[in-house]
Amino acid sequence: MRLAFILGEIGSGLRRNLSMVISVVLVTFVSLTFVGAAGMLQMQINQMKGYWYDKVQVAIFLCNDSSTSTGCASGAVTKEQQDNLAKMLDSPTVKQYITDYQFESQADAFKHFKEQFSNSPIVDSVTQDQLPSSFRINMKDPQKYQIISETFSSQAGVETVSDQRQVLERIFEWMNGASVAAMVVAGVMIFCAVLLITTTIRLSAFSRRRETGIMRLVGASKTVIQLPFILEGVIAAVVGAVLASGTLWLVAQFWLNGDLSKQFLNTPFISSAQVLVIAPVLIALGGGLAGISSLLTLRRYLKV
Amino acid sequence: MIRFENVTKVYDPNARPALDAVNLEIDRGEFTFLVGASGSGKSTFLRLILKEDRATSGSVYVAGQNVANISSWRVPKLRRGIGVVFQDFRLLPQKSVFANVAFAMQVIGKSRSIIRETVPEVLKTVGLEGKERRMPHELSGGEQQRVAIARAVVNRPGILLADEPTGNLDPITSMGIMGVLDKINQNGTTVVMATHDDDIVNEMRKRVVELRNGVVVRDEARALYTSMIPVVGESRRMKDASDAEIDRAQGVQQ
Repeated sequence: MRLAFILGEIGSGLRRNLSMVISVVLVTFVSLTFVGAAGMLQMQINQMKGYWYDKVQVAIFLCNDSSTSTGCASGAVTKEQQDNLAKMLDSPTVKQYITDYQFESQADAFKHFKEQFSNSPIVDSVTQDQLPSSFRINMKDPQKYQIISETFSSQAGVETVSDQRQVLERIFEWMNGASVAAMVVAGVMIFCAVLLITTTIRLSAFSRRRETGIMRLVGASKTVIQLPFILEGVIAAVVGAVLASGTLWLVAQFWLNGDLSKQFLNTPFISSAQVLVIAPVLIALGGGLAGISSLLTLRRYLKV
Repeated sequence: MIRFENVTKVYDPNARPALDAVNLEIDRGEFTFLVGASGSGKSTFLRLILKEDRATSGSVYVAGQNVANISSWRVPKLRRGIGVVFQDFRLLPQKSVFANVAFAMQVIGKSRSIIRETVPEVLKTVGLEGKERRMPHELSGGEQQRVAIARAVVNRPGILLADEPTGNLDPITSMGIMGVLDKINQNGTTVVMATHDDDIVNEMRKRVVELRNGVVVRDEARALYTSMIPVVGESRRMKDASDAEIDRAQGVQQ
């Protein structure tokens, strides 16, 4: 009986305040979408780190005919210099830092280049001679890049030592920045949502002050009087959270794993199933915030 | 049933207290009129019984319990033992007569079958048989007040507080309402009624407690609205003091 009564009260409250309730739903929807987007970006960063950090290498590019750097003043790398470098890589002082290395000849480099830019007209204007040969080194600990760089960059026949990780790091920094920006927007929107919920509950309590006054007089418990109002706010916020989760799922399903994954074939995108991990967090966040803000509002505006 | 021990209530420290050291006892099953001018402390008296306000000093006992010691989560239980009726009825306009009375039972979790059984019974007691499905705006003032009374007593409280229940009604309708209240009192409910209505008080011949400026100036059994006993001694002094104050206040107004 009491449950049916409370449900009826919630229903009538939601109906009476429909426009306010819809605005609460929309504001929580938008704010939680931003929260979720920030979460997804972080997941994406972790996913890419895990995927790429195993694959990134330190590359020692050797001089070719067109090299201009000071280390290449004597022209293209000689066979002797190349052997010398290979010997150094095999020496125990260097070996302790690397798991293995491969030599990529100019021919290999040209082949990879053609694969990578197969759709681009640049392929036609590049010749094998223009590309450098290189040693590709897999590090035991990618953080130790500095040691390899110091050891090899001053050697004869070495044009430059480059760490692919640095390129990725820049991408991750950018993505991190984007997720922080999303969190800031989310924070502002959540603040709006809390204010809006507060106002809605206040209006709702005001429009039903006759009922609550009588409930008080005949000795209804605090729960029976307040619960409909609190649930009203919580239901609206949870609907917003569900919409936000649904939107993020759609983004992951049809954009990340649809269009984007076709364009960036070797980028690992987070799956739509992974996004579902965020959904309960959003729902709990939305419901919790609404519950707390309604409770605090009622303490001020609904005397029991 | 209701006992005030030296109760003082101060709203504004700079003004005189709303109630000033009031001592009063109302027994179970009694019918008591609370009379006095506006601002004499009648409403404060009722509010203290309901624990809507806290006494500044002194103790209020309701059904043997000091209300100051009732924790806030048990206040609803106290209020279930007290029915309240107001001058302005306070019905829910979008609910039928039946639903208005049933509302008081629903919110304290009574089952549907008990509600369906009890509400018609109570409506019969207040003389509204067959009007269950009417809406409040379709009823006369007297009938609306009967609905309000039905709602106040449907949970069988031991005490019924009525704050000028006939204030909006004509004399004949008022007598009808008094009949209902009397009937409820006959069934064992303690009734405390604050009123200005001298005809009713004179007609009923019940206990009369008169408040003036927050002080009990008269407490008589089977009494009239205005005192038959000459005012003497301490009471006389207080009456003169308060009369002087009223005169002063009126003088200021003029």
